[in-house]
Parts: sequence; C-alpha cells; structure tokens
Amino acid sequence: MLYLAYKNLISKPLNTILSVSLLLLSISLTTFVLQVRNQLNQHLENNTKPFDMVIGAKGSPLQLVLSSVLHIDDPTGNIPLDEALKITKNPMVKETIPISYGDNYRGYRILGTSNEYLDKYDATLQEGKLYEKPFEVVIGNEVAKKINLQIGDTFTSAHGLAENGLETHDEKPFMVTGILKPTGAIIDHLIITNLQSIWEVHEHNDEHNHHEEEHEEQREITSLLVKFRNPLGALQMSRRINEKTTMQAALPKFEIERLMRLLGIGFRTINGIAIAILLVAGLSIFINLIKTVRERKQELALLRTYGANTFQLIKLVFLEALFLSLLGSILGWVLGRISIWFFSAFTENIYRYHFVFSFPTNKELLILILVILTTFLAAILASLPLFKLNVSKTISDV
Amino acid sequence: MIRTKSLQFTYHDTKNRTFCFPDIDLPSKEDILVLGPSGVGKTTLLHLLAGLLPPKEGDVFIANTCLNTLTRKQLDYFIGQNIGLIFQRAYFIRSLSLLENLTLRERLSKKKSDRYRKEELITQLGLLDLQNKRVYQLSEGQQQRLSIALGVIHKPKVILADEPTSNLDDTNCEKVISLLKKEAQSCKSNLVIVTHDKRVKSHFDNHISL
Repeated sequence: MLYLAYKNLISKPLNTILSVSLLLLSISLTTFVLQVRNQLNQHLENNTKPFDMVIGAKGSPLQLVLSSVLHIDDPTGNIPLDEALKITKNPMVKETIPISYGDNYRGYRILGTSNEYLDKYDATLQEGKLYEKPFEVVIGNEVAKKINLQIGDTFTSAHGLAENGLETHDEKPFMVTGILKPTGAIIDHLIITNLQSIWEVHEHNDEHNHHEEEHEEQREITSLLVKFRNPLGALQMSRRINEKTTMQAALPKFEIERLMRLLGIGFRTINGIAIAILLVAGLSIFINLIKTVRERKQELALLRTYGANTFQLIKLVFLEALFLSLLGSILGWVLGRISIWFFSAFTENIYRYHFVFSFPTNKELLILILVILTTFLAAILASLPLFKLNVSKTISDV
Repeated sequence: MIRTKSLQFTYHDTKNRTFCFPDIDLPSKEDILVLGPSGVGKTTLLHLLAGLLPPKEGDVFIANTCLNTLTRKQLDYFIGQNIGLIFQRAYFIRSLSLLENLTLRERLSKKKSDRYRKEELITQLGLLDLQNKRVYQLSEGQQQRLSIALGVIHKPKVILADEPTSNLDDTNCEKVISLLKKEAQSCKSNLVIVTHDKRVKSHFDNHISL
C-alpha cells in the first residue's frame, strides 16, 4: 500500500511538486521567523537581564540601551563621572558599573569598565590573567577566534566605533593579558579593559589642545549600568533622573519589550503570509487528492474487486496525504534552517551576532502536527466519495 | 461450486429495469458459458456472482458460502480469496509495472507472494520480457493476457470473465479461450464466461442463455 501510494505520487510529479513546494515554502517561512524571533528574544533578554537601568547622556532611550548594554548602536554621548556616581549612593541601588568606550580594534569595541562587569556575565578566564594596569586588556572568546589575538599580542585602537576608523592611537598600544571563556553573551565580542585605559588614550590624544589640570575634574564615562535591590526602584528613579538631571535613565527591559513589539509587526506579517501559503498548500493537497480519487476511480474500484475494503482505499488516500505533508514539512524545516544559517552570516558581519542551529522546538513540532492535521482533513474530505463507490457501475462504465 | 436460487436484480435508475435470472447449479471444476445479446443483464449476473452487487431477491452460493449472509468485511475478504474477475476492457493500476500489478493482486487476496507461480504464469502468457514495463506500454493483446493473469494469479475458486474475447481477432480469441480453460483447470476452479461472441460457443458444453 505504501509503495502504491508512493508510486501514485511519482506518476504525477507536477501535482506532487506543486503541493510539496507550497508546503515547503510555508513551513520554511514559519520556522525561520520562529527561530529568529526566539533566538533574538533570548539573546536580548540574556544580555539585558543583569541590569535594571542604564544612565547615559540625553537622547533616545532605545539607543542608549542598544549601545551600552547590547553594544550595537552608537552611544548617545558622555556623562560626567562624579554626577553618575551620586546615583550609586542611593540606598535603593544595589550596585553600579560604569562603562566607557569610544574606540575599537578591527570593529570590536574596546570597553572600559570595572571588574564587576565580567562577574555580571559570569565570564571567567580561559587562559592568561585579568588586566591590572592601564592598557592591559582581556578579550572575549569570539574576538580571540575571529581576529586571532593571543596573549601577549599588542594592538593599537582606532578612534570611534567604525571599523577602519581614520584616526588611530598609535602611541599607546594595548596588550592582551587574558582570553575569556565563551559565555554565549555579548561579552564574547568585546575587548575589555579598565576605565583608566580609556581615559588615558584620550588624554594622550587631546594633549595638544587641552590643559592638563582640566582632566582630573572632567572625567567622563559613557554610561552607568545600575542594578537595584528592588526592581520597583528603577521606575521611580528613572523618572527622577530624567526630570531633574541632564542625564537620561533608560530601562533595558522596557526598551527591549518595545523593540520586540516593533519587530513583532514584521514577524506577524511574515507569519500571516506563511499561514496564507499554508492554507493554499492545504487546498492544493486537497485538490491533488480529490483528483486522485476521481481520476483513479476505476483503479480504486478494481482494488475493491481484488478484495480491498473501503478502509484500505481510504488508507491509500491518507498515505498519499501523509507522504506529501511529511515531505513538505521536512524539506521546509531544512530550508528554514539553511536560511537561518545564511541570515546568521549576515548578522554576524553587521551586528556581531550569530544565530545557532537548533533542533526542532516544541512550537515547530506543533506546526508539524498542525500541517498533518490539515492534510488529514483534506484527505478525509477527498475520501468521502469512496464510501459511496459503486464498484459494479464504475467497472462496467466504459 | 456455484449455485444460484431465484436471483433477481433491479437497477434504481431512470429505467428501473428488473432482471430475473435462471438458476445455476455448477459443480466444482466445471465451466459454463452465459450467452445473450447486449442489455439482458449478462454483466449484472456476473457482478452478482462476484459479490459486487447485492441481489434484490434470491441467493448466491459460492463454495457453499451464501454471499448474502456475509458482512461487508467478510465479503471483501471472500472476494479477495475466491473470485477472479476478468473484464472486457482491461483495468490496471497505471502507476505500477506489470509485475507490481500482479504482486498487488496477491497481497490484497491475503495470499503469500509466490515468485515461482508469477514467473510461471507470465511465461505461459508470453509476458516474461515485459514484466517491468508499465502497463500502459503494453499492446492491447498483451493487456488482455495480463488481465487474465490478474484474474487467476491468486488461484480463485471461481473465474468470472466478462466478454474476454469481444475485442480480439480469431487467432487471439482461440488463444484466450484455451488459456482461460487451462488456467481454470490448473486452479481447479469454475470458469464462467459471459459473452455474445458466437465463436466461443463451440468450446464449452454447458450453456445458458438469457
């Protein structure tokens, strides 16, 4: 029976190809969107979780979160260190981590921060030791792999965050003292040093234009990452900072939710298209099966004279349906994963973020079940005429 | 063994034709020819004997089993085991090869696939070289022979042939008749041929006319 179902499908390849490719397209779209959305969401959540609030210069709150927490956008500006440190004294605040950057090495950001930053992401050293003096850095695992930096290597940073920046700080080279274990978090893509290094690079750079004494007071940082004792504190305090100071406070959780809502419209649109295609695929399978039953009426009647019962004929229709839906689903899933892989290469280049291959998720299995149910519905409708098949008449009609 | 008792059938179509059939009592291994012009219900009788139509009145006994008393499922099984139908126009599963058609027939009759028997049969019918060909690639004569093979492959108790010779020339007609008789003999089955073909008449002792 299985063989016959297979042979029947092969004998009309065009119909089969149409049904399978519609299904394939729909499944690959849905699984692709599902994967991108899941992985992106998880990535964003994992990386913003350690902090309740970011304080930086006035500007777009989303930009502040993207730049200071996820390290993908440009920073909104700098804030004075002493003003930021006032926040630290507030009793609601559990801890704060200052970060400062403005330089990169071959596209990887050099981040000046305190040691607590590493603890926040549970980052530990794979080899080497932590930076102690200015101009010593530890590098994230991906950085080490991608640009092949090793312990003891030195490099000079380029000013700004753009790769191939015009201005380089040739005079002060950085030295790699440690490489971090892979964490799966954004820290894998960072070059980390202490705040002092960042300040000194720029002091050095600005020497010609500024007076020495100004620097001590004018210490600036890019932003301050804040963890509260009680998450409720974040809301109150961000409002106060935004109203009373020249700084801006943004809540990563809130901003990420907003970002996902905006992206959600896009995801939903693609999902809508995928569902429409799925319906057309279901219809195509239905038409395919109905045609099978009609065109092969005499063959089916013949099978009845061979001793096949109605149930066996219905089984034949179901097997054809199952074959179509499984083939479409599996190929679609594979295509979805391949698209993720291509998409990943693209995001890796631009956002320093890549997607990982994952095995079928529960939701994807749910889609598979949905597809099989749809095709079974098509099969049931298509096999209704079989119950009324008049063998004698069908066989004698010439 | 085939026995019928006051068999009647009515078609519920526009004409509402009713057919009454003479009783048949055919002991094992004997052949019978059912003659009559078109439209007297020859095919109807054959389908009644094959269990494809339920009679309106009367009973059909095949191998001491009354077909009317069987459930639908039992009937399907009984047909698969005991009935071999050969049609005027050859029917096959188009997507399968000649050999695959035979195997399917065996499978559906719930009998073991017997490679030796299949080979012997298609050799006898001169189809050995064509066994992997698709059925629609065969000539009409070849198709008719395959149709006979499909009718007897599972060694049925009863072989029912519906106008097996009407599309054939004299030579092929002779061939087909002798093949059917030979197969019926080797399967120890009853052979029932319904036809209006006068050429067949001389080959059989038992006739009934409708």
